[in-house]
Parts: sequence; structure tokens; C-alpha cells
Amino acid sequence: MATLTSGRKTALRRELEAIVGPGGVLSDPDELLVYESDGLTLFRALADFVVFPTSAEHVAAVVRLAGREGLPFVARGAGTGLSGGCLPAEGGLVISMMRMNRILEIDYENQLAVVEPGLVNLHLSWAVVPKGYYYAPDPSSQQACTLGGNIANNSGGPHTLKYGVTTNHVLGLEVVMPDGEIVWLGGRTRATPGYDLAGVFVGSEGTFGIATKIVVRILKKPQAVKTVLAVFDQVDHASAAVSAIIARGLVPAAVEMMDQLTIQAVEDAFGCGYPRDAAAALLVELDGLRVGMDAQTERIVQACRDAGAREVRTARDEAERALLWKGRKSAFGAFGRVSPAYMVMDGVIPRTKLPYVLRRVNEIVAAHGLRVGNVFHAGDGNLHPNILYDPRVPGAEARVVEAGAEIMKVCAEVGGSISGEHGIGLEKADFMPFIFSAADLAVMQRLKNAFNPTGLCNPGKVFPTKKSCVEVGPVAYTPHAIEAKGLAQRF
Amino acid sequence: MAHIVEDARRTATGPLVLHGLSVEGVNQCVHCGLCLASCPTFAELGTEMDSPRGRIFLIKALAEGRTALTDTTVQHLSLCLDCRACETVCPAGVPYGRLIEAAKAEIEHARPGSPARRLFRWLNFGLLLGRPWALRLAATALRLYQVSGLQALVRRSRLVRLLPGTLPAWEALLPSLPPRHERAPLPSYVMAEGARRARVALLTGCVQSVVFGAHNRATARVLAKNGCDVIVPEGQGCCGALNAHGGDHARALEMSRRTIETFEAARADAVIVNTSGCGAHMKGYGALLDGDPAWAERARRFAASVQDLSEFLAKAPLVPPLSPVALRVTYHDPCHVVHGQKIRKEPRQLLAQIPGLSVVDLVESDWCCGSAGIYNLTQPEMAGRLLERKIRHVLETGAEAVVTANPGCILQIQAGLRARGAEVQVLHLVELLDRAYGRPAERGP
Repeated sequence: MATLTSGRKTALRRELEAIVGPGGVLSDPDELLVYESDGLTLFRALADFVVFPTSAEHVAAVVRLAGREGLPFVARGAGTGLSGGCLPAEGGLVISMMRMNRILEIDYENQLAVVEPGLVNLHLSWAVVPKGYYYAPDPSSQQACTLGGNIANNSGGPHTLKYGVTTNHVLGLEVVMPDGEIVWLGGRTRATPGYDLAGVFVGSEGTFGIATKIVVRILKKPQAVKTVLAVFDQVDHASAAVSAIIARGLVPAAVEMMDQLTIQAVEDAFGCGYPRDAAAALLVELDGLRVGMDAQTERIVQACRDAGAREVRTARDEAERALLWKGRKSAFGAFGRVSPAYMVMDGVIPRTKLPYVLRRVNEIVAAHGLRVGNVFHAGDGNLHPNILYDPRVPGAEARVVEAGAEIMKVCAEVGGSISGEHGIGLEKADFMPFIFSAADLAVMQRLKNAFNPTGLCNPGKVFPTKKSCVEVGPVAYTPHAIEAKGLAQRF
Repeated sequence: MAHIVEDARRTATGPLVLHGLSVEGVNQCVHCGLCLASCPTFAELGTEMDSPRGRIFLIKALAEGRTALTDTTVQHLSLCLDCRACETVCPAGVPYGRLIEAAKAEIEHARPGSPARRLFRWLNFGLLLGRPWALRLAATALRLYQVSGLQALVRRSRLVRLLPGTLPAWEALLPSLPPRHERAPLPSYVMAEGARRARVALLTGCVQSVVFGAHNRATARVLAKNGCDVIVPEGQGCCGALNAHGGDHARALEMSRRTIETFEAARADAVIVNTSGCGAHMKGYGALLDGDPAWAERARRFAASVQDLSEFLAKAPLVPPLSPVALRVTYHDPCHVVHGQKIRKEPRQLLAQIPGLSVVDLVESDWCCGSAGIYNLTQPEMAGRLLERKIRHVLETGAEAVVTANPGCILQIQAGLRARGAEVQVLHLVELLDRAYGRPAERGP
């Protein structure tokens, strides 16, 4: 990326200010520095500008300007992402959505809300809770992360086990396309005719355009909630309990697991009531109708006991439940108490492989002379090994990356995936070939090119950049295997 | 393209310091960003340099020498309220208050500003806060300004608009001072009523004792009603909180030593504080004097004895009888009570014990009102935005009174309500308790 000359930079700044107003552009190096990474500090890159639009028209004008100048651009919300997905290419524009954070409409009768992308996830639930509603997807960072970022990453959270991920809760979007055109994808109803373009857009990691309005579903709060804490002296027993619960035909709203290192960090942070000496703890939540809730809870408790839990208890009241969840949802940040930095992985595996994979994770990390804390969505088989390291130790970051790659390989080998909810971003772009063939990636690249033909919209993400594969820009097309067999058609 | 950078400056060993104060705490920040939405300045501006994570980043970059103390850096660090809301939500336990105080001390050291600004700071931090007689003299002058009708004239004639810089904002915030007899010092000893529970020492504060002497008297009465012998150590001055928050580290240290010395002599079971910033600051004396072998242990012991009034009173049920106070109130959490000392339940528990009182929840009750020490004077624009936000929420409750527990918040919220022409009282928690104990309301400032 060629660096901008200072004259050109001044001129561009003036043009950007003409679009978003004088207080809406940052270009001072000290200010840009703060935007050099997201929640994953392993990757850093500096933009030329950070721009703060307040309307779709602003976004469209900024994007058109970027197109004219050939500058890459990327949307950013709260910067809590964990895969480097909102980092700028070296140079170019970061488009911060934080000043577009209004709730535009709440339609209780049709159970939907229309919001701007900079709205904090939890703030939507706060707005509708007085009427007994909430927004279901609850990533652990929900107190800070934005719905726009949730859209980009198709974010999950503990309660996705029962309620599904972001895409299951998005009805429609107003999107500024990478060429500056403003379009609507989907609408206000559950099914719109034609291709599910809103479904295509959600999870596209900011490479298909920038959402400027989002229509989401809001749900009635469940009548009853029960939260069970099961404590184990052996991690394998906790893993077995997870499979046992699901095998008994129960569908909890969430099944979360934390290992000892995580429990201790969380207890240091907020004293939530997890026993420090436990090898692992499961947090199982049931919600739904009050009728039958106690019987279901009893079956969960029994499943945990049968699997070898040393203690199983149910949260007595809302305060205790909230505290247990606060601990779980703050776990990543709590690692700051035991390590100056961490990298969180986001692998998905078949539930039954939990014991094997957790053992391999521990072996791999130990072999690199590092420590790991595991806290994850066990019910979904969505692992989050947090590799702890000290960035001040020379070579530590390289070892973390190596260990991470090995863990991802293990996930792929057992039939899993390299990302559950954090996105591929920069971090896992080079791991894509673990699960996709070159032909798979070429088809995805074609889809991307349909939305983002110039490649200026969030370049460098999702697709592998190094030797292994293709990157940005129109590429020579080779038929996918299923096309070659006549099972699918070119489009 | 973005990539992993082995940054040589990041591998530099040795503790990170600013102005001789450790900022090693920056390394506890893992950049998770959970603090962002709870930061008032970030909520207002949406710019990450004005968020806790961003400021930690700047402080770290400064300490590592990656960046210099430029105008922009100073601006973003100075815009921090030091409300410490971020500490409440931080899972990593970053000691943010200490980091920002070190940064502010560095700013004051490296960029003291114009001679006028330096003189002004000396007048405040050195003269008024450092010497009780100077504060009393200033109070007398202020009282004269107010009762002579000069203030009314200045305000009515809009002459105030001719004042330079941020002075008009200052004038609007001037507390109306009570007459001299209400500013008289408390007796040095107030005896417990009924069964004796404890011997406590009361911090009367600097500004508090001049502007809100009534609150101190009410505090002594309520404590006595609850079985406390109340000692009011003579010769006590400012605890140094305002100095520390304002980057005047050296004087803050001096004041902390003097405060410890004065209170040790009282040999009390607990030191009771009825103001927010002072309590939080005095509880931090241990950390503040950690590097001073002669004082470290004394400071730790003293800090452990400091308690906020509500924290102390809520440990046992209020001693009856309490008479009804028919009022609809809402509670505003002072930052350094709720975030600095993690006291959230206690004031509400006390209010719940007052018969006849109806308490309604305040949205964003634990958000800074913009007062933040002298922040409303140094950063009037942001302070005004936060005050506006606070007043909006207060008016939404329909309460007849806002209850809080800190002089700065009281003055700020009063000014906000006055500007709106709203007939809502602002009371210190202890005034309500005092009233429930049958004391007629004293004239507020």
C-alpha cells in the first residue's frame, strides 16, 4: 500500500470532513494508534483516517470517495472482535459506526426492532425489557460489542445452543454496497421471496458492504429460567456430562464449560461463586414454560451426577444467576489477571470429541511452553482455548501463532471447523485451506467479487493471503468438483 | 498488510513509570473492550481515544516512549473524568484510577501551561486546599459577594458573560454559602446516644466543611443516634484527593501524611467519610505511600479504617425510632462511592429503612454527572453534556428529590436543575436520615 503524501492526506481529510463534518475525521498519528488493533492484539495495522459517519448517506459518500481514490476501507464497531476482522489494511479508512447507534423503531406486535449498527447488543435488550422482550444472541462481549459487528461475524453466544446465531435473528438490512449504492436485503418478515441475500450478507465479515440499518427479531422473555452449576474434579467427566445431557433429549438454552485456570481468573475478578479447586465447571441453563421446568432441571442434575460431578446446585435467585453469568461472560478479560495477553481460538468440534480435543489442546500448548485457559460453549462443541503469553518475551507471539495453528488442525481433523463465531478475519485466513479446497475457496471468492468487485471493502480478510491460495480481485475461474460432475450450475 | 510485529520497544524491560509513578497496571489490560460502553466520554463521543481502553493504550505508549505528550494525547487524557466506571466492569482488574492519576501528574509536570494557569492551580491546590484558614477567608469573601447582591447583579446583567475563558461556567457553579454560624466548626466530640457501638472519627473535609457544614453536623447526629462517639479531630485539612486527581502528586502525598497523623491521634475504630472522592482516595493511601518505608505500614493501617458513612451505617439496622419522611426520591451514585469504593447496595438499604419514603430507580444512576472534582470547571463542555444526560434521567423519574452522597454531585445536579427551572431538591443521604430522626430540614446551600 503506497503511503499517502501529506498534501494528498490534507486534501482527503478536507473532503472527508465535508461529508461527515469537522469533528468526524481522525488523522493524527496518536489517535490512529488507538485503532491499530481490535480485541486481538496480536495483529496491528494503522489506518490513514478514522471516519465517523452519522447516516447511510455519509457512509455511501465516504465509500464512493474511497473507491475514487483506490483506498481500502473497513467498518468498525466497538473493536471487541477477536480475529482482527476490523483492522484496516495498512493505510486506508476505518469507518467507525459508533455514532450510528440509535434504535429507530420497536414494533412489539410484530416482534422486531429496527436499529443502527453501532448500537451495543445489550442496549437493545435493555430498551425492550420493560415490555418483557429481549434480543436473543448474547455474545460474551454483549455489554460492549455492537450489532453491526455481530452481523459481520454472525456472532453467537452461550444461548445459541437453543436460539441460534445472529443470522437466525436478522430479518433485513440496509446496506451500503462497496460501490456506494444503498440497497435493502431481506425485509421485515421471516421469509422474503428470492435469494436470501440478508442471509448471505450476515457473516460476510465486512467484505460485502456496510450495514447501516438492521431489522432484528426481539423475543418474549421466557416464563421461567433455571441455571445449574455442576462442579467436576476431572475435565473428562465434565465433557461426558455435556454429551449425556444432549443424549437424554434435553435442549438447554446454554451449556458452558470452564476449566480451572479460567475459574480462578474469574473468581479473582468478581468472586462469582465458582469453586477454585474444581478441574472444570459446567453452567447449564434451561428456559421456557414454568410447567415441567423442575422435572427437566432434575434430569440435568442427574445427568451431571451420573457423569461424576462432585457438586451440582441450582442458582437460588436472579442475583446468583446473574453473578454466575457475569463470571462466564467476563472470562476472556479476566485472563488479564493471570497474563498480560492472550489469544483466543474459536474451533468447533463434534461434541463427542471433546475429551480427546481438550487433551490435545493442553498437550500442544504445553509443548510450546505456554499456558491455556479453556472456557467455551460446550453444548455447541464451540471451543475457546485462550493461549496466554507475554508479548514482551521475544518470540512468544510466534509460538502462540504456531500453537494456534496446530489446534485448528486438530479441530479440522476431527471433522470440525476453524471458527464458530469469531470470524476468520486476519487471524484464521491462512487456516481456511484446512477445511476448504482451492475450488471451494474459488467459489467463495466469486461470491465476494459479486458484492465487492474492486476488493477495496475490507481486504485481506477471510481468504488466505500467502502462497496457498488466491486473493483479492477477479481471478481465473476453475469449475468446482460438483460443477464438473454436473451437480451444480455456474451462476 | 497487517501482520505480527515484534516491536523492539515493546520488549524493553524495566517497570513502566510516568512521573515516577508506576503504570505497570497497563499490562493487565488485555484489550477486551468490555469497558467501552460504560465510559461516559466514549458514550458521548464514540472515539476510542476517549475510552478507557484507548486511554490505557495512550498511557502505555507514553510510558514505553512510543508516543510523546502531544496536544492530542493531553487532550484525550485530560478529558477523562476519573470516574472509574471502567474499573467496575473490568474483568482484568486494571487499576485505572492510578494509571490516569499518574498520567495527569506527568501532564502537569511536562506541560504546566501558562503562568496564569499555574497561578490558578497554586491558588486552588496549594493555598485553598492546603490551608484551612485560606479556605475560610475565601468562603467569607464569597458569602459577601452573594449577600451583598453583587452576584445577583452580575448574573442579571449578564456581566458574567464578559468574563474570560471558562470563568462564566465557574460562576454558574458557585455554591451559595451559608451564614458564618453554619460554617462554624463542629465540636471536637459528640457523645453517643443509647448503647455504645463504636468510637469513630469524622472527616469534615475542606470544601465540604465550608459549603456543607450542615451535612457534617447531620452526620455527627446520625452517628450519635446510632451509638457512636464521634471524634472530630482538630486541625484536619484536605485529604489530598482533589490534588491527586488534578495531577498535583507531591502535595497530595504531603496531605495524606498530615491526614494520617491527625487521625491516628483520635484512636478511633473507624474513620467516617461522607464525601465520595475523599473516601475513595483515603482508602488508597496504602498504595499511594507504598514506596515510602516510613509511612507505608501506617498508611495501610489507616486506609483499612476508612469507611464511607453509608458503608458503616448499613452494617447494622438503623437504631429506631425513625419517623416517616413522605417524599418520592431517586438515588444518584457518586462515582467514587460506587466505582471507587464499590458501595452500591448500602445507601439503598439505608433509604429503604426510612418509613414513608418512596424510592424510584434512576436510569444510569452510576454514571458521572460531570462534576468529577473540578472537571466541570476544566472541561465545561463535556461536563455540561453529562449533566444534561443526568438531568434528563432525573426528570424522567418524577422524583421530588435526588439523593446522593457527595458535595460535588450535589452542586452540579443543583446547577443543572436550576438551569432547567425544575423544582427538584438535591439532598445528601445523611440529611434524609437526619430528618427521619426528627431533625427539621436545615437550610441547604
